[in-house]
Amino acid sequence: MTVSSATAPAILDVRDLTIEFATRRGTVRAIEHVDISLAKGETLGIVGESGSGKSVTSYAVMRILDRAGRIAEGSIMYSGVDVVAASEDELRDLRGREMAMIFQNPRAALNPIRQVGRQIEDVLLEHVQTTRGEAKQKAIEALQQVRIARPEERYHAYPFELSGGMCQRIVIALALACRPQLLIADEPTTGLDVTTQKAVMDLVVELTRERAMSTILITHDLGLAATYCDRIVVMEKGKVVETALSKDIFSNPGHPYTRKLMRATPRPGAGLRDLLPLEAATAPLPAPAPSTGEVLLRVEGLVKEYPRQDTSGLFSKFFGKQQEPQAPFRAVDNIGFEVRRGETVGLVGESGCGKSTTSMMVMRLLDPTSGRITFAGEDISAVPARNFATNPMRRRIQMVFQDPTESLNPRFTAARAIADPILRGKSMSRDALRARCEELAGLVGLPLEFLDRLPHQLSGGQKARVGIARALALSPDLVILDEPTAALDVSVQAVVLNLLQDLKIRLGMSYLFVSHDLHVVRLLCDRVIVMRAGKIVEAGTAEQVLEAPTAEYTRQLIEAIPHPPV
Amino acid sequence: MLRTIGRRVATAIPSLIGVIIVTFLLTRVLPGDTASFFAGPAATPQAIAEVRKQLGLDRSLPEQFASYVVNLAKGDLGNSLTTGRPVVTEIAARLPASAELTLLGLLLSLIIAVPLGIVAAVRQGSWIDHTCRIVATAGVSLPVFFTGLIFVYVFYFLLGWSPAPLGRLDVFNSPPPTYTGFYLIDALIVRDFETFRAALSQIALPTITLAVFSLAPIARITRASMLAILAAEFIRTARASGLKSSTIIMTYAFRNAMLPVITTLGMVFSFLLGANVLVEKVFAWPGIGSYAVEALIASDFAPVQGFVLTMAILYVLINLCIDLLYSAIDPRVKVEG
Repeated sequence: MTVSSATAPAILDVRDLTIEFATRRGTVRAIEHVDISLAKGETLGIVGESGSGKSVTSYAVMRILDRAGRIAEGSIMYSGVDVVAASEDELRDLRGREMAMIFQNPRAALNPIRQVGRQIEDVLLEHVQTTRGEAKQKAIEALQQVRIARPEERYHAYPFELSGGMCQRIVIALALACRPQLLIADEPTTGLDVTTQKAVMDLVVELTRERAMSTILITHDLGLAATYCDRIVVMEKGKVVETALSKDIFSNPGHPYTRKLMRATPRPGAGLRDLLPLEAATAPLPAPAPSTGEVLLRVEGLVKEYPRQDTSGLFSKFFGKQQEPQAPFRAVDNIGFEVRRGETVGLVGESGCGKSTTSMMVMRLLDPTSGRITFAGEDISAVPARNFATNPMRRRIQMVFQDPTESLNPRFTAARAIADPILRGKSMSRDALRARCEELAGLVGLPLEFLDRLPHQLSGGQKARVGIARALALSPDLVILDEPTAALDVSVQAVVLNLLQDLKIRLGMSYLFVSHDLHVVRLLCDRVIVMRAGKIVEAGTAEQVLEAPTAEYTRQLIEAIPHPPV
Repeated sequence: MLRTIGRRVATAIPSLIGVIIVTFLLTRVLPGDTASFFAGPAATPQAIAEVRKQLGLDRSLPEQFASYVVNLAKGDLGNSLTTGRPVVTEIAARLPASAELTLLGLLLSLIIAVPLGIVAAVRQGSWIDHTCRIVATAGVSLPVFFTGLIFVYVFYFLLGWSPAPLGRLDVFNSPPPTYTGFYLIDALIVRDFETFRAALSQIALPTITLAVFSLAPIARITRASMLAILAAEFIRTARASGLKSSTIIMTYAFRNAMLPVITTLGMVFSFLLGANVLVEKVFAWPGIGSYAVEALIASDFAPVQGFVLTMAILYVLINLCIDLLYSAIDPRVKVEG
């Protein structure tokens, strides 16, 4: 099973590693008997779903586990240094200078109140890579190397002033400042747009190749790992289940878990049902009811403007000092589209393109600056958003939110959460309400015994089901899905996507599906709208847009999706 | 910078106007008739009416308020009826005494509480952490007059280490010339070390009493916000970059953890300034708190109004300082008008 990398000497050798965490309910083994070896100059991917122990493994390599974590067994050798036995001072010398790490959520990974240049200097000075006099120059050079434009200016920037992609470049600059031999990248592109993801990954690969560095890429995205890594380690529940060359893993996955993971990953040429595990014998997708072609939602000339940060103070307002009025920022700039009954329309674009603003306006949580939103023949944009909750149309447009955890009240049981929209409307007897909740739970495949649990007692997939059941509680005609699977593991995503499709066909609803993931959009949507900077750059059937895009921007988006070597 | 400060102070004007109106009305509805109080128990109704006229209390409320505001604009807060002296001079003489005591108490408590909180957070669950908790709980559960009296009993009566708790200076020393009104600073300015030593030995016990009381909120907030910051992702980045733990704790964690501490500090300060009446009473400290309480008991409303107004202005100034400190530490905060 294991592929030996005998060609080059191992720079990192993890043998039989077991890590325990002290929790309130006793000791929990986060990883068990993990073996990983990494050759000099090699790029290794560690792939697994949440809870597989992939991050814990990498933290153990640098020995930066939480207070509660403990290396119980095994050895970690880093070019001759015994990491498990080394003193804290020896390790501190290794960290940052010999091995470095880049993190998920780059903005949070930087000190929010320290200039980014100073943070790079801190690392350089710590490892005596520079003198105080030269530190600034060196830090600017480090910024230059990660292709940051105007590095002298950016040196003085704070993380909150930079975009996510820019912050990740800073984190990379920080990690590579002392020219380490080993780079560990822990989900470095999660939460970044596809084009930014590509830019960041290309940069990492280029820099590490240039310096003959070894890299460990930790990711949940098998496609990403296969695209950028030489070898892949697949982890499940704290154990390594498979190690293989990435060119082999797609064509010939050995372990059943790898096969399941691969199947669940949305990819070109795979339908919705293809994502589910083989053994889950599911009925084929029912044929969609022939669309009546009746237009359910029509959006015309929709505009949302936000005022720019006002720089004039209270006083100048009072005393009438007139300033040149700044043009407001247009988040959504004159767009129009239709959703027909029984149809799924995808709204695709990168962060800041206005797709969420659009969905909020259609949902009538936000008032448009101008334009019309017609729903079932009625102009609903005329009703102010703050009064819309009492409008009879409210029950016909519902929403499933991005984060299944954050969108549930932590003190409501699943049943209470599902019943919430019903309770806001007409009164219903206790028994009838319970019966409706059970019916909805059955519809979304949530076992009835979970109805009385609180959100923290449910898994991510179960919480997603609760969120969907809540949206369905009032039998809406249109459901707005705002990245409903972005926070879920791929195998759970596969199940949820199938569920959504089944429900749509059974209940005859229409979906407005907001997403950044083109593969997912392809699976679920009949028609796709691509947005950029508040404008629609391309619209058409899913096939048209994804197979034969006409807009240059759409092509870039598709190009940026990782293409594993198949 | 000056513009921001000006704008920030300007926003305080409406609340100050509110304070003026409310204190004026409140002092008018205080129980007890000021006129009959000052006319004495044996006064005839005629004499009381005479006094009432003299005090202007026979006029309508709006009239009284108008004259109050006009006087206020001239910097005249009225005269105290019990002492007969202008309220402005009394407050000017007593405020430095309170401020010196409160500031010193706060400084002492900061010097102890902040490091204690940091260490308690860094070594969570260690004996220092437990000590921190015990000290904080004890400090906040003992009323200040009790700790004050214990200190006086032990250090003055039993041990004789400290002088008699009779105000800011003992009878053998004369106050230093007034520059700041703080005896310690004024004595240093004129290089009168004898007076400095005497003032210090007088202020030591009340300072410690206040510090013990204000230790708890500061230590707890420091510990809690340090714990939250130490769990943050950028601390992990700092550790992964191999920074020294002193750098991580001070430059990375503490500077971020300071923000809630500063907020608490402002609250504790404004709270102590008005509420240390009990300490002032125990140590016969000629401060502004005891002055206000005496006036309140005597239905002497001019000093009470003066006191509340002074407090309101101080509160505004303290909050301004805190906001400026905040924006100095955290670049994300823009001081808004």
